Amino acid sequence: MQGTDSSRTASHDRRTVTSWLLGTGVAASLASFFYPVARFLNPPQVAEAAVNEVDAGKVQDLKPNSGKIVKFGNKPALLVRVNDTEWKAFSAVCTHLNCTVQYQDARREIWCACHNGTYDLNGRVISGPPPKPLEELAVKFRGDEVVISRRA
Amino acid sequence: MGNNLSSTEFKAKTLDWLDERTGWRMVRDLMDHKVVPIHAGTKWYYFGGITLFLFGVQIFTGVLLLLYYRPTVAEAFDSVRFLMTRVEFGWLIRSIHSWSANLLILSAFIHMFSVVFTHAYRRPRELTWLSGIVLLGLLLGFGFSGYLLPWNQISYFATKVGTDVAGTMPVAGPTLSRFLRGGEDVGGATLTRFFDFHVIILPLIAFGLVGLHVLLVQKHGMSTPSDIPPEKVAQMKFFPNFFLRELVVWYGVLAVLGTLAAIFPWELGEKADPFASAPAGIRPEWYFLAQFYTLKLIPSHVWILEGELLGLFGFGALAAGWVLLPFWAAGRHKLASGVGVFLICYLAAFTFLGYVK
Repeated sequence: MQGTDSSRTASHDRRTVTSWLLGTGVAASLASFFYPVARFLNPPQVAEAAVNEVDAGKVQDLKPNSGKIVKFGNKPALLVRVNDTEWKAFSAVCTHLNCTVQYQDARREIWCACHNGTYDLNGRVISGPPPKPLEELAVKFRGDEVVISRRA
Repeated sequence: MGNNLSSTEFKAKTLDWLDERTGWRMVRDLMDHKVVPIHAGTKWYYFGGITLFLFGVQIFTGVLLLLYYRPTVAEAFDSVRFLMTRVEFGWLIRSIHSWSANLLILSAFIHMFSVVFTHAYRRPRELTWLSGIVLLGLLLGFGFSGYLLPWNQISYFATKVGTDVAGTMPVAGPTLSRFLRGGEDVGGATLTRFFDFHVIILPLIAFGLVGLHVLLVQKHGMSTPSDIPPEKVAQMKFFPNFFLRELVVWYGVLAVLGTLAAIFPWELGEKADPFASAPAGIRPEWYFLAQFYTLKLIPSHVWILEGELLGLFGFGALAAGWVLLPFWAAGRHKLASGVGVFLICYLAAFTFLGYVK
């Protein structure tokens, strides 16, 4: 009787070991199939063209008390001609939720249409949800060309 | 606490509740009763399952490739190159998709010929045969349309030739060619169309037909060889006995697929240039080679017919005869086997000749 018992235990043990080997083997191979898939889903970093300076058009093309959006690398920038001599430029990306802001000539403010945020002409928040001021860019002139650049 | 349900009672009640609403036990009963005949030809049953498995691999890897692929002339080639060089394991996913496509067609051919030589097409399985043949045609369509998508030099010219051949068909040819190309020539419109064929139109039709094909197999059960009386054939339960064996086979296929994809990664070649000359040694994928080589052999004019037209008529007649095989082969199984052997010899020889010449 004792012999039967021990042989049953031995076969039970063998079965446990075999199942364990099979189970971990399958689990490991499945992990090796899906690891590449998980990595594949992760989009690689695409190098952004590092832009520090862009040509924003001619001085005479922008009337006093008006603004326009210009491409600054792959982000929009807002160029504002406050009056004949004073110019301002900001990153046009609203600090609230990434909408693109616009210049409102009637109120002489920068306004974001998405959630009604307003900034003054120094980029500071006047009202609405934006948490931070707009990033200000530098405006220079090269002949009659307006040039926008990142502030040092 | 006398009204507490024991866990077994609770489980039974939950399963009853689900069964009343979904009828899932019917599926379980079907699975319980499904059997697989055991005889010398049982091994051939695996190829249907392998084909289905590789089809699944194609859907899975295809969906992944779509995360990065861009179907325009300006971006297609670069997006595939980006996927292969910058995306982690992108080369592997694409290589698996390409290799799996080839193994899938190979396995479908083996499946088809096994049906011919075991005479499994006979009554009442004619429609199973027909749906399978249409599926094989769809697979070739997948191969033809997918080949163009990376927009490289080889695929561009292969598509020019392929759609041109379609254009030589009588009556419908020019319309068909225009339909395939989306215009007079292979270009951006063709790429857009082939993308649509490859990822929407063909998959939709294929899903339906695969469903029908598998359903018909369930309805009729596995066919047994014609020389053994069905009641004398030993049987094995499908679940779990055959299914587990099939899983082991799938694992083996996956191992072969992974090895091929890793050791011989699929190349991308050069970006297609419509104003460059066709590269030397241009040839289609191996599964179109036999037809391609036959067309090359036929003289440009035979009697009053154009050569391509004659070739197409030949292929058309052959294809029609093949599709209708269960109908003319009833009671003439030796003839069917003979035609099968002839077809294999023709395909093998002309594919080989297409390679070396």
